[in-house]
Amino acid sequence: MSIVLTPMEETITLEPTEVWLSNPPVTESDAATPIWYRELQEKSWERFKELPVPTRTNQHWRFADLKMIRFADLASAASASDSASLIARATANRPADFAAHFVFANNRLIHSEIVDLPAGAICLPLNEALAAHGDLVRGHFLQETQTLGGDKFAALHGAATLSGLFVHFPKGCVSEKPILVHHFSGGEGQLTFPHTLVVAEDNAAVSVVDVFESITVSEQTLTVGVVDLTADRGGRIQYVSLQNLSDNGAKHVQINNTRAGRDAAVKVGFINLGAAWVRNESLNRMTDTGADCQIFSANLANGIQEYDQRTLQSHEAQHTTSDLFFKNALYNKSRTIFSGLIHVKPGAHHTDSFQTCRNLLGSEEAEANSMPGLEIDADQVKCSHGSTSGQISDEEIFYLQARGIPADDARKIISLGFLNESIEKLEGDELKAYLFAAVERKFTHLDESA
Amino acid sequence: MSQSLKIENLHATVDGIEILKGLTLEVPKGEVHAIMGPNGSGKSTLSKVMAGHEDYTVTAGSVMLDDINLLELEIDERSRAGFFLAFQYPHEIPGVSNANFLRAARQARLPKGEEVDAVAFYKEMYLKMDELGMDRKFTGRSVNEGFSGGEKKRNEILQMMMLEPKYAVLDETDSGLDIDALKVVAEGVNTMRSPERGFLIITHYQRLLDYIVPDVVHVMFDGRIIKTGGKDLALELEEKGYDWVTKELVPA
Ligand SMILES: Nc1ncnc2c1ncn2[C@@H]1O[C@H](COP(=O)(O)OP(=O)(O)O)[C@@H](O)[C@H]1O
Ligand SMILES: [Mg+2]
Repeated sequence: MSIVLTPMEETITLEPTEVWLSNPPVTESDAATPIWYRELQEKSWERFKELPVPTRTNQHWRFADLKMIRFADLASAASASDSASLIARATANRPADFAAHFVFANNRLIHSEIVDLPAGAICLPLNEALAAHGDLVRGHFLQETQTLGGDKFAALHGAATLSGLFVHFPKGCVSEKPILVHHFSGGEGQLTFPHTLVVAEDNAAVSVVDVFESITVSEQTLTVGVVDLTADRGGRIQYVSLQNLSDNGAKHVQINNTRAGRDAAVKVGFINLGAAWVRNESLNRMTDTGADCQIFSANLANGIQEYDQRTLQSHEAQHTTSDLFFKNALYNKSRTIFSGLIHVKPGAHHTDSFQTCRNLLGSEEAEANSMPGLEIDADQVKCSHGSTSGQISDEEIFYLQARGIPADDARKIISLGFLNESIEKLEGDELKAYLFAAVERKFTHLDESA
Repeated sequence: MSQSLKIENLHATVDGIEILKGLTLEVPKGEVHAIMGPNGSGKSTLSKVMAGHEDYTVTAGSVMLDDINLLELEIDERSRAGFFLAFQYPHEIPGVSNANFLRAARQARLPKGEEVDAVAFYKEMYLKMDELGMDRKFTGRSVNEGFSGGEKKRNEILQMMMLEPKYAVLDETDSGLDIDALKVVAEGVNTMRSPERGFLIITHYQRLLDYIVPDVVHVMFDGRIIKTGGKDLALELEEKGYDWVTKELVPA
């Protein structure tokens, strides 16, 4: 049986007038990089130049506001000046229990703390890992060839990245505490290329949290980040991205590639609060029997923010399971785009796959686009997908008001609860409280009439 | 100063249809009154009108909470003025934990700039949950979501205990409760009985009134109170059935 539900092609062509980069935005590094890496950089740069600029006729960019991406005058970021205050910001407000904490500012490591890493675990900035564990990095670094539309960005990333963390947990190595990674970006027209590479070998368990913040409030910056997650047999990975960049100027592209092997379990969470424009691509492959991927997202958009999320749940073996649960709360003139495909490949029998996107519209001008998709080429498959958009129910507001809570507060509490339903599905009470508090802070400052 | 919850000649409509047709009733502070009546007589309508639900339009009459005209207040102001309604069908609030919900309700009662003392709050909440036989894990669960009927009703009583209203209306809090849960709920109400507080207990069955003994019983039918008496009236009603009310008490 095969069911294909893909969105119709759009007819409008939007010719980009933007000038894309003409020189590779290379970050300098003290550590020596292996030859294969330099070759990969060059190949990526060639590929970047060859690939067409995305347009809305490409179904992966349907509904996207491509005017948001301007490459003119962008350059790889220079060092940030005030490391001390950034370190203070990153350490002031973090979950109390963590395994390690790394802080990057404009692609450069400015702080690291290792508190409680299990023996055998490798946790190094990418440039150091390339020098010290080149072969280990090579096997997992930018291996994914499929794309959800962001191939030009992925190529640019490959040409430039030397930033972010390499986390390798060998067989049986387990830590329940998260590894925290802060990525600051700042400076007018600056590009950052954070890479997060996480490998959980057989029966290893690891949790990594990336936090993205701006150095100052109103600079045009662009993040072009890639996250590679690999969980081997029985391995468990939890990866969370808390994107809290400035909504005045910051653009953020993050491409996630997940590969779950036999009986492996991967949880991925995207929390988007900041940035003017965000593109999340989440490609999740369940490559062997028993693999499970769970993808959650909680996004709070206001003003003219645009969050564009594209996902793939790719079932490539029997008895694989996945669950996607995305929530958007929208205010003012914000926009969200969700496009998700469940693909059950031939032979991936006995698959369970679910996909839900819910939008809470806090304003009549906000716009939520949902494009769920299903393609099933196997038997004995349980699949469902659904998306809903609606406003806060009057009965819910009434119930809170009847307990003395003013209507405006009631709306915020209910919206926060709506987003929290997605956060709740992650592991770690402290981490969840940290994420919840970040969402709550944005609600406190939310000006619904802005 | 008045010391009662006083409903006078209350008329209310929903979708243009009159449901309350001149209802008059007074619960003095310190007393427990019961309202009994057949399904559809307007008991829940009365309670929701008092709480301020927007589906209902008051066309005449007044509701006074001591010296405050309840009908002039916003929904949340009524609650903060000391009015409490335990709902017949409590709503579910996904993603909002019971603890955060109660804390927000308490926070709303504090002057600006003052914060709920979290430690004292949890201590008090746990104590009251113990009294109601509620498991601690309820604090982290979403308000009423996935709760059984009985758990929802206990949760309403917990809220009442935490908010300490001047006047509480309980709308069929007994329906759907087994006898043990009923006793727990009744115990919760009884410990809150005080000269400083009035209760209006809406119920379809006499059973609850074995455990919460009322000072006065009112019989409601077709949007009005048609008979008022002592606690024995409930027994008489139970014995003779609601047919007796409709056939003999309603003036032709
Ligand atoms: N929100 C509503 N919309 C329409 N009709 C309603 C609504 N609430 C109550 N009613 C009607 O009002 C009447 C009284 O209902 P209710 O107050 O629930 O009675 P009781 O609680 O005594 O069983 C019923 O006929 C019911 O259908
Ligand atoms: Mg009723």
